[in-house]
Formats: sequence, C-alpha cells, structure tokens
Amino acid sequence: MKKVFMMEDLDCANCALKMETAIGKIPGVISASVNFITQKLTLEAEDSAFDEILKKARKEIKKVDSACRVIVK
Amino acid sequence: MTRRQNRNLIRIVLSFALLITASALPLSGIFRLTACLAAYLITGYDVILEAVRKIFRGQLFDEQFLMAIATIGAFVLNEYSEAVAVMLFYQVGEWFQSIAVGKSRKSIASLMDIRPDTATVIRMGERVTVSPEEVQKGEIIEIQPGERTPLDGVIILGETSVNTSALTGESLPVDLKTGDRIISGSINLTGTVRVQVESEYEFSTVNRILELVENASAKKARIEGFITRFSRVYTPIVVSLAVLIAFLPPLIFSLPFSEWIQRALIFLVVSCPCALVVSVPLSFFGGIGRASKSGILIKSSSDLEMLSKIKTMVFDKTGTLTKGAFSVRRVVSAKNDEAEVMKYAYLAERHSGHPIAKSICASYETQESLPESANVTEKSGLGVRAEISGAVILAGNEKLLSQFGIACVSPPDAYGAVVHIAKDGEYLGFIEVTDEIKPKAKISVQKLKTLGIAKTVLLTGDRREAAIRVKDETGIDEMLSELLPQDKLTAVEALIEHSSPIAFVGDGINDAPALTRADTGIAMGTMGSDAAIEAADVVLMDDSIEKLSEALKIAKKTMHIVRENIIITLGVKIAVMLLGAAGFANMWLAVFADVGVLIIAILNAMRTLVYNTKKAA
Repeated sequence: MKKVFMMEDLDCANCALKMETAIGKIPGVISASVNFITQKLTLEAEDSAFDEILKKARKEIKKVDSACRVIVK
Repeated sequence: MTRRQNRNLIRIVLSFALLITASALPLSGIFRLTACLAAYLITGYDVILEAVRKIFRGQLFDEQFLMAIATIGAFVLNEYSEAVAVMLFYQVGEWFQSIAVGKSRKSIASLMDIRPDTATVIRMGERVTVSPEEVQKGEIIEIQPGERTPLDGVIILGETSVNTSALTGESLPVDLKTGDRIISGSINLTGTVRVQVESEYEFSTVNRILELVENASAKKARIEGFITRFSRVYTPIVVSLAVLIAFLPPLIFSLPFSEWIQRALIFLVVSCPCALVVSVPLSFFGGIGRASKSGILIKSSSDLEMLSKIKTMVFDKTGTLTKGAFSVRRVVSAKNDEAEVMKYAYLAERHSGHPIAKSICASYETQESLPESANVTEKSGLGVRAEISGAVILAGNEKLLSQFGIACVSPPDAYGAVVHIAKDGEYLGFIEVTDEIKPKAKISVQKLKTLGIAKTVLLTGDRREAAIRVKDETGIDEMLSELLPQDKLTAVEALIEHSSPIAFVGDGINDAPALTRADTGIAMGTMGSDAAIEAADVVLMDDSIEKLSEALKIAKKTMHIVRENIIITLGVKIAVMLLGAAGFANMWLAVFADVGVLIIAILNAMRTLVYNTKKAA
C-alpha cells in the first residue's frame, strides 16, 4: 500500500533527509520519501502492518524534529 | 505567516528589546546576568530544549546542539550580550528561512493551481455540485463560462471557446463545438456547455499533469544524489576536524583550551549542510514548475539535468517538423483532364482512413451525384483498388500500378506523396500530396543551434525527396529517410554510440521505443496520449516546436543556478571554517555562514521560477 501524507512545520531540509533515511530503515517499509518542498510524506509499506509502520515512522519524524507533525485524516 | 512564525517573531522582538535595555542600563554582575539570561531564554528556550532532547537520543552535533553549546560557552566566558546576540541572530535567520521556504512553496503551488475544485453534474435532471472525484465515467456535467473544466469529455450540447494556457502555455483561446473533446484544466470562456465525461478524475489530463509535476522530484538528478552522498560524509568529517581543532593545539602546544574550543564551535556552527540540501532540490523544483507554466512537462529532476546536457537533437518528421496534415499540392493529368483524375481518386479513396486519402477527398468538391464504389481492397503501403460502375480504378504508388502492369514514373520534382490513378488499365495521371512544414520550424532549429545543440538529425519513414525538402527548408544537418518504425530505434541507438547525449523529438505515434531509448525523449502535441507521456521524459503539451528552445533554456538556467548555489554555499562555508580555525572568525560570521547563506541560496533557487525565457537571449 502506498499513501501520501501532508506534513506540518517541516522546516529544515536536512531534517527531511534524515527522516527519509530513518523511515526507510523501518522493517516492512518498501519505500519512503519525505518531500521538503511539497511537505509530503510518501510511504509505501506492507498492507498488513501499515498502521503499525506509520506509527513508527511518526516516531522517527518526532525524533528528528519534535515540532514536525504528520497529518493523518 | 503561520502561528509558529508569528510566535517566533514576537519572541525575537521581545528578546531584542530586553537585550537593548540591559545594555543601556548601568547593570552589572548578577543583575546583568539575569537580564541577559532572560533575553536568551525568551528567544532560545526551544533550541536548548531540542538540544537536550537530542543529547538523550544520542544525536549530537545537530544544529540546535551546536548553538546551545556555543552560546552557553559564551555565557561561561562572561560574554553575556554576545551569547544573547548570537542566539538572536540564529533565530532571526531561522525565521527568515521559514518565511522564504513558505513563500517558495506557495509560488510553486500557485503554478500548479490547475486543480478543479468542483464539478456540476446533471443527475436525474438536476444540477448537483460535487467534487470532481465523485463523477463517474459517462455522466453529464455542465460547465459555465469562467469555470475550470473538471474532467475530460466530449461536448454534447453547446459551443464555447476555452483557454488552455494552464496546460499548454498557449494563451490563444480554442473554439469548441458539439462533438469536440474538452480537456480538464482548461478554462471555459464564453458559453455554457454540457459534456459527457470520458474518464474519471484519477485518469484525467489535469490529474495526470499534477501528479507528474508533484512527483517530479522523486527521481533525483545525479547532482542531487551527489549532494545527498556528500552531506553524509561531510558531517562526520567536519565533526572530527572540529574535535582535532579543539584538542590538538592545546595538548601539543599547551595553548589555552577555551580559545581553541571556541574556534571549534565556530567551525561546527558553519558546518550544517542545510543550504545545499535545501537549495538544490528547490532549484530543480522551481525549474520544473517554471517549465510546466509554459506547457512543458519535465518528468523528473534527472530528466531536467539530462536535457541541459543535450548535444544532438534528433527529429521525427511528421507531426514534429511538419504539421502532420496533408494537403493536395497539384493534380497532373495525362490527358489534360484534372477533374477526372480527382474524381476517380475521390471515388476510390473516399472510404479509406489513410491520412493521404482523407486529404485528397477533403479537397474534392462536386455537385454531381456520384456512383458508389464496390469491391474496394486497400493494400497497405501501396494504395487502393476499387470498382466503380464496372470499371477498375487503381489509386496508389508506382508499385501498385506496376502490379497491374501499368508503367508510370513519379515526377522528379515531387517531394510529397504521389498517388497515381489508373482506370481499366489506362493511366490517368497523379495527385501530389504534401505535408506542410510548420512555419516556425526553421527559426526553432536555428535557435537550438545557439543553445549548444551541435548536431540536428532528421529521421523519417518518408521518401528521400520529402526528407531532403524538410531538411533543406529547416536547416537540419543530417537526415535518414525511408525508415521503418524499428529502423528509427536502430538509428537512435547508432547515434547514441557516436554522439551522446541525444534527444529524440517525436509526436509519440510509432516512435515510443525511440523516445524511451534516447537520453531525453521529447514528445510533442500529445495532450491526452498516454503512451507518449509514458515513454517520454519531457512532454510538450501542444505541438509548437518553438517550445523546444524554451525547454532547453529553462533546463540550462536551472542547472546554472544549481551550480551557483553549490559554489556559493560551499565557498562561503569553507572560507569561514578556515577563518574560524585560524581564529579570525567570530560566532556572528559563523551564524551568517550557516543561516545567511541558506537564505541567499533559497532566494537564488527561486529565480528559476520567475525566469523569463523571452528576455534572455
């Protein structure tokens, strides 16, 4: 499953790069990209564990920049 | 401004006021420390908090961590106001950066502001306003003047003119009537029309364009990959150097620790690779956004990078350099009866779907009631045999006529397609049909030469004579004619071996393999053609050939700005690092080299977005 999420207060490009690398390392993630310019997180991961992986991804994002949030509808 | 930006601005102003007051008043000792500490915390508390958090997570050498260490260091060294000032300066920089990034994001978004918000669909005779995603294929929608067409479809009622400039960059309105296709994203100008929806929103032209542009930065350019790899090795190298600066001189030459630790801190503050990491993709994004404004879709940053390096440009003839629409150039009769030649050609070919046959039939007018043709057989690549009132009519090339034992030769001065006509074994004459060269083809080819295209090549399946005429009239250097579709691919491959990098320009019909194989595949005039959009790296939304030079200019300008940014940021950083290590740079300069350079790089990157290709020669 591939989903795109909007992000808020993603203020530093180097951080976006760090987030992308960290999320990419989560087991079960097929591909991850954090686009600094469009402020979007594109996450492709196994269907069964998607929510679990998304949770971990948000944790990784918080680790890099605690002010940055992923908007989940 | 977002709430966060507003809050930060207030903090900066408060802290600054407090710092000024504290410096103006004759405070000393503990009072001065308290005032400065207050000013410091107002502006910098989040930095300190973030730094502490990072320490617990083992992420040392982050920006915030470095700023915290540097300023706390200054406090320890009794330089209170300097500590506050450096933190303030850092926050001002961060604030500006956030504003600049926000602005850039907005202007890019406004370039892509072609997304339709609503669709008015007719359900059970009532107008219902829904979001475009909810409209099904086959439903009828109504579009009022001034509205943006939400979905692709065919007009079933009414006529209007539309503005497609958001899609093609072409500002002249296009007139549409019942039966014509209307493309999503175009703006309805004059009349209310009802449209039968051809495809759901997900597959509509406007959605495809938006996805293409938004995902363009996913396939990274080589130079971007370089920056990513560079920033990975860069940080550890800089950190180790800083450690060496802090400890080696004091240990070896027993110099004062405080002095050298401060130098190391300055070194570290400069070191964040943010300016590079931000400005390079931002420049690419701006360039891609700028191109899409002109109706040029560049599929990725790496395609833009490649486009800027193209040295050889290969053109398909039909539909690219020529209009792809045939017209009758002349009718020559063997018996001085041109009307008879045209009449039989029309009778034999009027049911054919071949473009040449269609153009002949379109130019034939008569009041006579004509007999129907019977037993029509179309021979691919040769022509048509038909029976009309018992007479056998042949309409086709020399090969067809010779199969039936009729000798004929094409005139030496013919450069178009020649259709010979024979009736019951008797040669009647021929019709020459030509494909007009686009009026701007010649000037466009010349412009490409001034943009660094060293060689232009024409590839065509057409006859040699036709190819020579197009080559001479457009000023193209080389040509290969009478190629079968698979030969085009072979020709492109041969060119790649000899003169890389090459671009192939085609209209997407028959040349998808060549589009894919070329270093840059440029498809033109393909609005709505999936296969071509899929195969190409660059898509020109309309068929105007002058867009080629515009695309090249934008690509070159973007790459120029990317290189500029790399040189500026690295140059300033290395210079300040050297000065810092040598003891000639203070914390102010260090923060400038970090945040100041970042802002300069962002502003420079945004120049791609407003680049005027007309002004630049």
